[in-house]
Amino acid sequence: MNGRPAIRGGLRLDGHKSRPLTRPILAVPAPRTAILALDQGSGEPSQPLLDPGATVRAGTRVASGCGASADLHAPISGRLREYATLPTANGPGRCLVIEGDDRDEPDPALAAIEWRALDADALLERLAGGGVAGLGGAAFPAAGKLALARAAGVEWLILNGAECEPWICCDDALMRERAADVVLGAQVMLAACGAARATIAVEDDKPEALAALAAALAATPDAPIEIRALPAIFPLGAEGQLIAAVTGREVPHDGLPPRVGVVCQNVGTAAAVADLVSRGTPCISRIVTVSGSGVQAPANVQARIGTPIAELIAACGGYSPERSPERLVAGGSLTGRPLASDSVPVTKGLNCVIVAAAGDLPPRAAEMPCIRCGDCAAVCPVALLPQQLHRAAQAGDAAGLARFGLADCIECGCCDYVCPSAIPLTARFRAARERSRLHEQERHRALEARERYERHRARLARRAEEERSAFEQARRLARGDGTTSGPGQDSGRSRDPDRD
Amino acid sequence: MDFPASSAPHAVAGFTVQRTMLQVLAALVPVAAVQVWLYGPGPLRLLAVCAATALASEALALALRRRTAGPFLRDGSVLVTAALLALALPPSLPASLAVFATAVAVLLAKHAYGGLGQNPFNPAMVGYAVLLVSFPLEMTRWPAPGSGWDAFTGATALDTLRTGLRESLTMSEIRAGAAFGTVGAADGEWVNLAALAGGAFMLVRRVIRWQIPVATLLGIAVPAAIAHAFDPGAHPGAIFHLASGATMLGAFFIATDPVSAATSDRGRLMYGAGIGLITWLIRTWGSYPDGVAFAVLLMNLTVPLLDRVTVPRIHGHSKS
Repeated sequence: MNGRPAIRGGLRLDGHKSRPLTRPILAVPAPRTAILALDQGSGEPSQPLLDPGATVRAGTRVASGCGASADLHAPISGRLREYATLPTANGPGRCLVIEGDDRDEPDPALAAIEWRALDADALLERLAGGGVAGLGGAAFPAAGKLALARAAGVEWLILNGAECEPWICCDDALMRERAADVVLGAQVMLAACGAARATIAVEDDKPEALAALAAALAATPDAPIEIRALPAIFPLGAEGQLIAAVTGREVPHDGLPPRVGVVCQNVGTAAAVADLVSRGTPCISRIVTVSGSGVQAPANVQARIGTPIAELIAACGGYSPERSPERLVAGGSLTGRPLASDSVPVTKGLNCVIVAAAGDLPPRAAEMPCIRCGDCAAVCPVALLPQQLHRAAQAGDAAGLARFGLADCIECGCCDYVCPSAIPLTARFRAARERSRLHEQERHRALEARERYERHRARLARRAEEERSAFEQARRLARGDGTTSGPGQDSGRSRDPDRD
Repeated sequence: MDFPASSAPHAVAGFTVQRTMLQVLAALVPVAAVQVWLYGPGPLRLLAVCAATALASEALALALRRRTAGPFLRDGSVLVTAALLALALPPSLPASLAVFATAVAVLLAKHAYGGLGQNPFNPAMVGYAVLLVSFPLEMTRWPAPGSGWDAFTGATALDTLRTGLRESLTMSEIRAGAAFGTVGAADGEWVNLAALAGGAFMLVRRVIRWQIPVATLLGIAVPAAIAHAFDPGAHPGAIFHLASGATMLGAFFIATDPVSAATSDRGRLMYGAGIGLITWLIRTWGSYPDGVAFAVLLMNLTVPLLDRVTVPRIHGHSKS
């Protein structure tokens, strides 16, 4: 089943990662007020468990995940002040606001987990209870993903330490300083998902991280874990691309990684698992890269979930007085989301904040028509023809968009990056996708309405028929030839199973 | 603190159409230089006439279409069209014909279809072909190499070859003539060498990709070599074809025009091979001296089909 490692397209980019990495990870003080977004960026918002006024300690469970969202825990001790709709990295959303008491007391119920003594189901339950979510950015519950993998019988766990996108270096800092926790987390995850082997995949522009991991692995020689250095090509850290590069297997377009025997987790998620099992600490903090020329002293910071980004920037010396910040981006320069305000709180999926001053993220040139040069196709990691997709999008050609694989676009932005005509391809594809989703919804609604109408007509016809036959019946009875009458005949109206 | 909205990706390389076109123009400098060395100032005169006409036509078309002219006049694409046309025309061609061809290229072949990026046919080759069918005499008289501005003009090597073969001369008799050089045409082998150098520059700078030029050259060389192996008396070999006429200019500069070429890698291989093969067929059995322009235009016709049947396999999809 193993094929040749396959890397398609992609870009070798200037990483802009060196400045934050010159300093050790910086601990941001616990916030006075924590803002926990119930929607952390994956699935339905988590369900709140407590009423306003409730007292919480750091690590107290305050919301339970449902499906693709994870449990949430109070990042600080204090009082649950209110539920409010506030700006978050994923747009305005319901947030739980905790007023801190400055004591930062941990919940007394938290305790280390004897993970080697637990069976897989119990271990998965503990991971879910710790609110561990994909810290690479997706924020999908780790326990859910591992349970799915276990059910599918995967044999290979891949820990994603590729960190291919410019500006982001929180995983690099983590692997340098906490390699042993990454290895411990990998061991726990192996036990939880039942895979036989694990590969920690790291791009080869991170020699310090690779060395630290090798040293940590040397301390645990019995663990079936290997390290794999990959070329530093964006977007090799995207799940499908990483799996192809490490295993040579392609995840089918209509399936998930377990279909090819693989499950991926981020190295940060592995460290969060290590925190949970060794100290009982649930997922209430993470490492965030704070970078860009608009901040005085760029650094990787350890911050509680729910800390307003302004406090991260303040911990890094605040905004630069010489280079005034022009844009704030959550994530990297290729796929990050713009932030409208620095009041937005840290969420589990937030890996980086770029405080961009002039020159950091140069503005695009004016858009020109496509000249079909095909540079976009050459860099597309999923082998699409963006020039053809663009043409279909401009023509509103839904069939063409489908044929050229709009659904397979991973929105990495490589095509935009190289386009000589400065066409905002990724944004166009995102919009086309949204249109096709709305169109599909509309079609579905119309179909449902038609079905409802047809059922309604059938019902009316049936009633008319029933009334007619009842009338005939009554007439025959009145004429005195009750040949067809039986004991079961009632008023002629049967129960309607689909009354609306 | 509040910040403005923007859409990912937030950083791009900053490449421009203008940068691409300027590099193409730079790659054409050796071709122009060799032509001047061979024919005197004639090619420079054509370059000036074609460039002026092209810019004026572009401005006129954009004004008629009510578009902002600035970005399109600056992008350099119309200058590439003008330069390719000028370097493909016989240096002694009357200026009026060069103006006519350029106007046809820009106004009809490019803007009638919607301007930059929209033209299904290579504009320079449309202009060239219109002249070739309208003014065949003027279009086939090239100055003898090294004779300068007022020189006697005569048939090209490819023309002489065709006529000679019809008159049942042997290959060695034909190639002893003044129109022939060491491996190809006396002038053509130098022009082709210059175009090859320019093409190599564009490949290194990634202005073009290898698929189209390599496929075009193989499309000419392979059938030429096969025919030559069977009947050396009637068919010149691959090297002669590669070093004569507009082979290298066509393969590296004309066939690679992205707008009118196929757009997938596999499509580009087929597109280039088709251009090469048709060029060889026209040179061998057609009644025009060179076939590059018609080969390009014919293959332009196949592009929608090629694009349709050569969509690459998307990651995560099976082969079918």
